[in-house]
Amino acid sequence: MAKFKKKTNTSVTISVASLPDIVFMLLFFFMVTTVMREQDLLVEQRLPQASQLQKLQKKTLISFLYIGEPRNPGLYGTEPRIQANDVLINPSDIVLWVNQEKDALSEAERDMITISLKVDREVKMGPISDVQFELREADARRILYASLQQSPQ
Amino acid sequence: MASRMKKEAPEIPAGSMADIAFLLLIFFLVTTTIASDKGILNILPPKQDPNVPPPDIQVNERNIFNILINANDQLLVEGEFRDNTEGLTEDIKAFILNFGAPTEDAQALYNGLPATLKALAERSPESSDHPMTGGAVVSIKTNRGTSYETYLEVFDLVKKAYFEIYGERVGLTADEYRALVGENPGEAELIDRGKADIPMAISIAEPDKIGGE
Repeated sequence: MAKFKKKTNTSVTISVASLPDIVFMLLFFFMVTTVMREQDLLVEQRLPQASQLQKLQKKTLISFLYIGEPRNPGLYGTEPRIQANDVLINPSDIVLWVNQEKDALSEAERDMITISLKVDREVKMGPISDVQFELREADARRILYASLQQSPQ
Repeated sequence: MASRMKKEAPEIPAGSMADIAFLLLIFFLVTTTIASDKGILNILPPKQDPNVPPPDIQVNERNIFNILINANDQLLVEGEFRDNTEGLTEDIKAFILNFGAPTEDAQALYNGLPATLKALAERSPESSDHPMTGGAVVSIKTNRGTSYETYLEVFDLVKKAYFEIYGERVGLTADEYRALVGENPGEAELIDRGKADIPMAISIAEPDKIGGE
């Protein structure tokens, strides 16, 4: 019994002095990985699921095109529209847009430009084939169908 | 003088530091979206010059694996109606590796394949000649009214068939092979060895307009 009494006398406190350090470490991790959304999405974005996804080596080569039904049907109608940067464009403007995106890259990388098509799952193939036709015209032939990882069945 | 300064040195309480850090941490936690730049890669064909007629390439019907998707998302695979995509990957793998009429090079390729892939070669005269350039082609044709989701599902399965073949050639699963990005020479060599002589021949036909949108 005496032994037990001795033990209870010693008070154990966990030092919390390093807690701020741990939290700061986490904080810096999230600060570094955060990408602030620099543009408002004007179209619906529910990406489809697929299993054979690939990651690209160079992220700087990717430019995004968003396709989907406008979020504001009163202003833009209900037909699927294309969003590039932060404006809605027509398929005929794609060639110009691709050339602008290519200008931002260094000369050696221009042919490697990859267009990531972020397409809402409700969209039909008609508008997508129009976009692909324009991308062929603009000679930006590497495209990436952005999609989410399918959970294994 | 110095001793008086020491006495009056004010102490900043550091107790609330953790709270501040937590507040910032939670803010960044909420705003973080891990950028999802993953997707299915596709290379479009080069644009057509209106002055030059499209090259008239004669490909035997047996060398084309036809997948048609109509506006109701129903499939017609090699002339056969299907309601879902079940078993499509296996059919495509069997088609690619049929080796119906291999050339000399293709025969050498066949001899180099692992036994599991050799077993898929049925050597049927009605299916593809060989998987090399000018051999097996998988063609996907959609309608303007086909949903993007179905198109992507089929395209995904065709890619899966190829990746499973590539992976099996180098002793990896399809997922492991796909994860290779070629960052170091060893990985790049694996990628090249997997796809050597079996090009990913997927043809996306221009969609037809009947019953569209």
